[in-house]
Parts: sequence; structure tokens; C-alpha cells
Amino acid sequence: MPEARVIPLDGRDGPASEPRRARRAERCAAVDDTGDRCDAKAVAEGLCGDHLAARERAEAVAAAPDWERKLAGGLAFLRRRVTGDYPVDDFGFDPDLTDHVMMTGLRPIYEKYFRVEARGLENIPDVGGALVVANHSGTVPIDAMMTQLAIYDHHPAHRHLRMLGADLVFRSPVIAPMARKTGSTLACNEDAERLLSGGELAGVWPEGFKGVGKPFSERYKLQRFGRGGFVSAALRAGVPIIPCSIVGAEEIYPIIGNVKVLARLLGFPYVPVTPFFPLLGPLGLVPLPSKWIIEFGEPIATDSIGPGAADDPMLVFNLTDQVREVIQQTLYKLLLQRRSVFF
Amino acid sequence: MSGRVVLITGVSRYLGGRLASLLQADSSVERVIGVDVVPPRQDVGRTEFVRADIRNPIIAKVIASAQVDTVVHMSVIATPFGAGGRTAMKEINVIGTMQLLAACQKAPSLQRLVVRSTTSVYGSSSRDPALFTEGMEPKAQFRSGYGKDSTEVEGYVRGLGRRRPDVDVTLLRFANFIGPRIDTPLTRYFSLPVVPRVLGFDPRIQFVHEDDGVEVLRRSVVENKRGTFNVAGSGVLLVSQAIRRAGRPAVQVPSPAVSVVGSLFRRAGLVDFSPEQMQFLEFGRGVDTTRLHEDFGYLPAYTTREAFDDFVVGRGLRRYIDPDRVAGLERSVLDSLERRRTAHA
Repeated sequence: MPEARVIPLDGRDGPASEPRRARRAERCAAVDDTGDRCDAKAVAEGLCGDHLAARERAEAVAAAPDWERKLAGGLAFLRRRVTGDYPVDDFGFDPDLTDHVMMTGLRPIYEKYFRVEARGLENIPDVGGALVVANHSGTVPIDAMMTQLAIYDHHPAHRHLRMLGADLVFRSPVIAPMARKTGSTLACNEDAERLLSGGELAGVWPEGFKGVGKPFSERYKLQRFGRGGFVSAALRAGVPIIPCSIVGAEEIYPIIGNVKVLARLLGFPYVPVTPFFPLLGPLGLVPLPSKWIIEFGEPIATDSIGPGAADDPMLVFNLTDQVREVIQQTLYKLLLQRRSVFF
Repeated sequence: MSGRVVLITGVSRYLGGRLASLLQADSSVERVIGVDVVPPRQDVGRTEFVRADIRNPIIAKVIASAQVDTVVHMSVIATPFGAGGRTAMKEINVIGTMQLLAACQKAPSLQRLVVRSTTSVYGSSSRDPALFTEGMEPKAQFRSGYGKDSTEVEGYVRGLGRRRPDVDVTLLRFANFIGPRIDTPLTRYFSLPVVPRVLGFDPRIQFVHEDDGVEVLRRSVVENKRGTFNVAGSGVLLVSQAIRRAGRPAVQVPSPAVSVVGSLFRRAGLVDFSPEQMQFLEFGRGVDTTRLHEDFGYLPAYTTREAFDDFVVGRGLRRYIDPDRVAGLERSVLDSLERRRTAHA
């Protein structure tokens, strides 16, 4: 049984083992991640052979030095990847890959490079659906990834933020499968509602390319919030909207020009010119080390309004404006508090 | 009241044959009439085989003379390879269905029509929602192929449903079939010694196990299950993940070269992959099966992952990358570390 070899190291490691069907008188007392009790017969100390061996190994690992534990975790991860033994949900989200590769890769950038300060995480519920709505900026949508990491690392429930992305993302090779595997799905009403009513925490950046590709001179000025589709999705699912304001991402790649002809030729929404790109070539791709603040505001409840309100355009517009206004005011407040762009 | 008289088109193919043998064992079914252009390969027992082409009006005589009350239409074909080209495939699929449905409309004895369709009717594109429900339309238009044929077939089936409201129409949209015995382009694809996939894409795919598929068809015949239903095992697999579970090495082919590779494979008779299946290998597809679980009342015995694993094990695919060997390798590294530590302690 390969499952028996999964040694949980940090409590959220490894896929859940499948429940076994046979029932015996003296059963093994081991309980797997999903809460199902092992159905094998106990051989000693109330445990079956597999789990006894697993416990011995876990004890050995606990006694082992740190690097050995990390190696064991890494090997288990490699084995799962090579044999395809990891869960993927209906949207194509691969938590095993996200937690062990993407989050690990982003963490130094989050902590050391941008020195992100996450505030108001208590506004995100521990369980159940909720929709995080944030401002978009930074030429390359790094702000979305940083928000995802902020919630995963610093929220007590370590929730995954399921992001809703533009269709260009899902049309692009390489980017499309990475986006799906790290928890994104297409920003359409069907997917938003499916995520939210399924109790997931979803994130949306309604400014889209208008926000992420706006010139530096318009920094921290919120663009139009799409058509308010995110508000109707939240209304239908009856989940709260959590406004999120991100400060610092505007300065990582200041856009001073846009090569429109090239953009049209390549089918991109914009081709940015920054003070360093394309002037310094690949070196210009290094983002400026701005200091970031991500603040989650108080949730705006939608369950009292009722799902029928989603078909009331006036109400949807008003709610969209309300969310936008909260984010804009918080941005101004945070900008006043900030001592400088880089510290 | 005497038992049902069931007519199955496409009985000489794998699923048709399986359904016929299940139905002839059912006491509520009096007669099973199988129709196909080629004689069945396996023994069909008490099923009466009629060698006929559904494109020929003779089918109307068969239905009328046997007083058929249930027609199961499952001779819509997915690939042009076996049919002798795309033109022939389209003719069998579309003209054949029109002829069959025309005969059905004229048959007063007819009470039930079960049509095997496919989730290909939803197409495959970058703008697709994660899961399609039965009420959704494809996001991109088809130019040709199985998906287009099936969409047209469904259109004619709905037409019959309108003109004969007394007939219970069950439209079953199956995901890709898989299992130890069935032979489809995808089972051949995953059996290749080195599996090519499209560079930079990793689509979600869903499978329905052959046993589940046949059981859903059987229930549609013997119970009244009017409506349109997606039929698929729960969950999805990524193509890369499926290839790994099959223990096969994968090679990534840039998408401009995919059609060249596809036609090479087609010519070599390895895998019959049509252009729309190439698109499927870029964007994949997922369907919502809530209606199958709740309204139809059937929970497939195999999830997508279990169905695929049953295919790998049941087909006896040699896993070049054997999971036990990989696990053994991992163990031996950890054991040697442990030995080293205890020796030092």
C-alpha cells in the first residue's frame, strides 16, 4: 500500500488514503486525514502492520535531523508526482503542486523581496464561501499570487484563494495549465457560482487588464469594475464580499509607455514600456522592490439581500460601486500611512 | 401486458453487444432486436440480429412488423477511420439518424427512445466553464466531426420529441468511455509506448467506465428516465496525470506539429485522432453530473480516476514507470539514511 508510506510532517501533507471496506472485530485504531478509520486487523498496540510500520517510521523521522525530514517530505512529493498519485479537483486545482512548489517558490519573494504586510485577515471566514475583490496593478499580475500566499500562510485556516482569471490566461500555452493547477479558473458566472456555492474562497480582480496595464501616472486610481458580474455571482451564492486593497504592486513595473501596434499584432492587451524594459533587456524584467501592504476590509454581507437581487441591475450597480469605493478609500488611507515606496 | 420489444442499432459494436446481452437476461424484456451493417463478433444469445443499414427505409419495416416499443440508437460513430472517411461517417451519423427517426415517428407502437450521445456536443475551448451542465451550449462553433454530427443528431431527436410527445426520449451524453475491454481512440492513445501531448497544455478529462455506461443504458430502457443527462465518472484527471498513472513516458509536441503527428499516427493505424480531438487535447472538458445522480438516480460505480486505473490494470498495460518500484526506491533511500543514523548513534 503506497498510502501507508505517506508520513504527515506538517499536518497538511499527503493525499488522504482511501477507506477500506472490510470490517473486523479487532480493528486498527489509525485514522486517516479524512477521518475514516483503518479497517485492517490490529496486530500489536491496536494498530495494523501497515500503520505500525508507518508509526515507527514517523517516530524515526521525528528523531531525525531537520534536513532528513525535509528530504523524506521531498521524496514523498516526488513519488506522488512521478506516479500521478495526487488529487485534482473539478476545476483542475492541484493542491499538492500548489503547496509544495508554487507557494514555496513565492514565499521568499513575499517575505524578503516585497516584505508584504497582510492586514485584516480576520475578515476572511474560516469556512464557507466568500468572494475577495481586489484592485489590480503591476503590469504582471503578481499581486494576485501574493494575495493567495498571504491568505494561505497567514490566515489561521490556511485557505486556498481560488482566483478567477481572464480568458487570455486560459488561451495561452504554459500559463493556462499552471493557472488551473494553482487554483484559478475562468472568470465566468458559472465557475464563480460553482466555487462560491461549493464553499470555496474565491478571488477576483474586476479591473482586469485595464487595471494591471494602466500607466504609472494613473496609479492607485481604480478603473471600471467590469460589468459587476462578480457581485451577481456573490448574490446568487449568498456569500459575503471582502474588499481587498493592495498597495505596493503599482510600483514594481512602472508603465511609462505602451507599444500598441505590437500589442495588436501579438494579440496582447498591452506591451509595456517601463524605465528599465526593454532598455535593459532581461534585467528590466526584475521588479522594483517596493514595500507592500495587503489589507482585507470588513465583509459586505449579501445573504440578507436574497438571490433574486442578482437580477436587479440597479442593485448590482450600487453594490459594485460600494465595493469599489471601499477599496479606493482604503487605498488612499494606506498610501497616507506609507512612509515611502520602498520601506 | 407482454414484455418490451427493444431494437438496438449498432449492436455489433462493443457497447451495443453488451447492452443486448444485459437486456436479453432481463425478464421484462420479451424480444431484443439488434441491427447493424456487420454481423456481431460475439455470441448474442437470444438477440435477433437483423443485418440492415439504418440509412435504408427497411428499418421502418423492421420496427413496424416487430411492434417495437423501445428504440436504442447507438450507431452514431465517433471516428471516420472505421467508417471509410469523413463523408461516409457523416452519412451514417446524420442521414442514418434521420431515417431511423422518420421510421420511429411513423411507428404507433413506439413508447421510448434512448439515444447515445456524447459530451463532445459541448465542444472544447479556452472559454469553457469548468463543468458543463445539460442546459449549456458550446462556447465555440464546430466546423465538422463527431461533435457536430452529434449536435445535429440531438437536434433531430428533439424534433421527434416535439412531434411525438407520447414518446419518452432519453438523451445520454457520455464522457469518454474507458475500461479493460472497450476500444476507443483514447484507450489506444494511453496504450502508446510513448504518449504525445500538446506542449504547454494539460487538459482536464473525464471518463465513464464501460460497466457504468452499459448500466445507464440498461436503466434507460427498462425504467422511464425521460430527459437529457450527462454521464461521467465523478472527478477529473489531467492528461499528464493520466499518463503518469499509466506509467508511460510523455513527449510534448508543439501545437503546430500536433496535426502532423496526428495524421502520421492515423496513417500508421495506431490512433485515429480527428482534429477536434486534437483540440480536446488542448482544452479538455468537464461535465456536471448532478442531474444523473439526482434525477436519473444513478451514481456511477467508478470515479474518473478509478475507471482509468481499472483500464490500466484490466488491460494489463505494462507500466514502464512502475509505482511499486518508485515507492521501493524511496523506501531504500530513507532506510539507508536511517541505518546511517543508527550506526552513528
